[in-house]
Amino acid sequence: MTLKIKKGTSKHSAYDLRNPNSSVSERHTLAVIVDNEAGVLARVIGLFSGRGYNIESLTVAEIDHTGHTSRITIVTTGTPAVIVQIKAQLGRIVPVHEVHDLTVEGPSVERELALFKVSGQGEKRVEALRLADVFRSRVVDSTLETFTFELTGSPQKIDAFADLMRPLGLKELARTGVAALSRG
Amino acid sequence: MTKPMTGAKMVVQALKDQGVEVVFGYPGGAVLPIYDEIFQQDDIRHVLVRHEQAAVHAAEGYARSTGKVGVALVTSGPGATNAVTGLTDALMDSIPIIVLSGQVPTFMIGNDAFQEADTVGITRPCTKHNWLVKETDALSGVIHEAFHVAASGRPGPVLIDIPKDVQFASGRYTQREKARLSRYQPQVKGDAETIAALAQAMATAKKPVIYSGGGVINSGNQASQLLRELVAETDFPITSTLMGLGAYPASGKNWLGMLGMHGLYEANLATHGCDLLINIGARFDDRITGRVDDFSPHSLKAHIDIDASSINKIVHVDLPILGDVANVLEDLLRIWRDQGSVTNREAVAKWWRQIEEWRAVECLKFSPSGKVIKPQHALSRLEALTKDHDRYITTEVGQHQMWAAQYIGFEAPNRWMTSGGLGTMGYGHPASIGVQMAHPDALVINVAGEASWLMNMQELGTAVQYRLPVKQFILNNERLGMVRQWQELLHGERYSHSWSEALPDFVKLAEAFGAKGIQCKDPDDLDDAIREMIEHPGPVIFDCLVEKHENCFPMIPSGEPHNKMLLANAETQGQITAPGAVLV
Repeated sequence: MTLKIKKGTSKHSAYDLRNPNSSVSERHTLAVIVDNEAGVLARVIGLFSGRGYNIESLTVAEIDHTGHTSRITIVTTGTPAVIVQIKAQLGRIVPVHEVHDLTVEGPSVERELALFKVSGQGEKRVEALRLADVFRSRVVDSTLETFTFELTGSPQKIDAFADLMRPLGLKELARTGVAALSRG
Repeated sequence: MTKPMTGAKMVVQALKDQGVEVVFGYPGGAVLPIYDEIFQQDDIRHVLVRHEQAAVHAAEGYARSTGKVGVALVTSGPGATNAVTGLTDALMDSIPIIVLSGQVPTFMIGNDAFQEADTVGITRPCTKHNWLVKETDALSGVIHEAFHVAASGRPGPVLIDIPKDVQFASGRYTQREKARLSRYQPQVKGDAETIAALAQAMATAKKPVIYSGGGVINSGNQASQLLRELVAETDFPITSTLMGLGAYPASGKNWLGMLGMHGLYEANLATHGCDLLINIGARFDDRITGRVDDFSPHSLKAHIDIDASSINKIVHVDLPILGDVANVLEDLLRIWRDQGSVTNREAVAKWWRQIEEWRAVECLKFSPSGKVIKPQHALSRLEALTKDHDRYITTEVGQHQMWAAQYIGFEAPNRWMTSGGLGTMGYGHPASIGVQMAHPDALVINVAGEASWLMNMQELGTAVQYRLPVKQFILNNERLGMVRQWQELLHGERYSHSWSEALPDFVKLAEAFGAKGIQCKDPDDLDDAIREMIEHPGPVIFDCLVEKHENCFPMIPSGEPHNKMLLANAETQGQITAPGAVLV
């Protein structure tokens, strides 16, 4: 079996409204610090859908309970001009405090968590477990027919593991989307 | 700590504390507690409109003509959805208004209750910001923050949705001074280095043009004053967008007239040919740029704007300056003067000679007629007979709007209220009511087409009830003139549904509402009829029957650059190419 490890970005896109003939797209990871108030996520998502921007992944959770702030991490693609527009548009939403482009603001780390339910028997089941070990994935649930693996890593690593699990009986996949921080 | 008060009382108290004098609104079940409070006080006047859309446009007219925040009050459900067009209009034209909407009580939200709509959901993309207030304690603080958000930075509409139980419940009132405004503080001061670079470019420019927009007017009177100083010191030619008319006076010697699709020949050719384009508070709208890749192709471009998302959105600029117009112009003039800068007099004089050649084309001249009133003639006479009055002009949308922009001269900011970005037919009539409320003794004229005017004709009742002497100057061609013009240019003269066969008798209509109606169809009677309109102390419908097939020129065909303008009497067939035809 040949390994089909995809290079580059994930193809799992929530919105794909872009003209495929446009000039070169870049993938950017944005960290948006917002007031944790009703409707703030709808404002951000509405901005992307209303103006035809891509969302590859989006994660959100409160990060400061006393300060009521949340961090939204958005992975998006667009030409450099579109990326600048996206940041400016995000910046003018009233509950948005900060917009960071982690892709251009220096080195950053990106991690995603995924759960894989793999069903198989015999050699396939053993092979799944063996590969999971190679990827430093943990088994979080098991039955006689299935394993559920937990894997944390870059989106590329998740993609690669998914590609390996597919012929071994991958039944369900859940991904959190990217969380990212600048280094240092 | 102030004593507790009800949410409804808080609304009225907060409006008073914000200096609100007039509210335009329409009552309904979900705002009855607020209306009850309005009934029991005399500080804030309430104007009962006939449709919620008109309440919002009236608030826009009030805001645009005063520089203050306009306020509208509507009920839940249909009241709020009717306000959506006005909110979108205000968002596109950066008009600071606040819409207060009633909502079903919090415990019924989500139950599909009577007159329930997801108002904050519906209005999220058409407001600068909106709030659903679920606790009475938070209400007054939100109202104070809403005024701050609406008026600061790039102004815009905001909406506050107030459930009925929140209006009835008691809570603590937050004083205006204690409200939380910190989270929205737009940058007003421009980058000094870029401003200095602009000053440098101004000193060396040979063919400069200033292109100003509505941002100058939104920035306040000081911005218009500084703009005039800048033009006086540099002798640069200046043009403006539709929204920016009046910031620089039309009688000023450096005035080129309006820019864009129906802008003046000299303004468009100067913009096309310039070597330095200074955009002050405008946004490179498609009505201005025409074909973007051939827009002002040889110029160094500077852009002063308070909204970062306007910069480099459509046209790439060399000198982006993020900041408030007045603030940046002050810095620019100071740097200019401190350095003892002078313009390249010789080259600029040569540039002016070129502009004078374009001016000599007289792009606004039209063939007069002794038999039928030409719309351009009607507006020229309206201008001549009203320009010495304390005058405010509103418009509807279409040919008449462009002719008004071309033939009426604006000497001061805040005198011109028109729906530029959204192009809302039905805007001008309620806007004129809002303007007249703010300026009771002024001459307020809504230049209209009959089709646009009919979209909010019900507001004549409002004008009569509040004795607002607004003049509805209707250029009646029995056509949707601009649609007809495009069908002539673009669709082989197939005039699909662009006329009405059942127009009302406007004189009788006026009389039915208790207003005065004047009809005029003979060019010889026009001046007297206009004088009669001006002198009448109450609201008037002026039904001006004009040439039915007049086209609005000059015109840049869509998809073409500025140097491909069509002048009056041009051959119109085939001027718009297939790629241009998909544009609006």
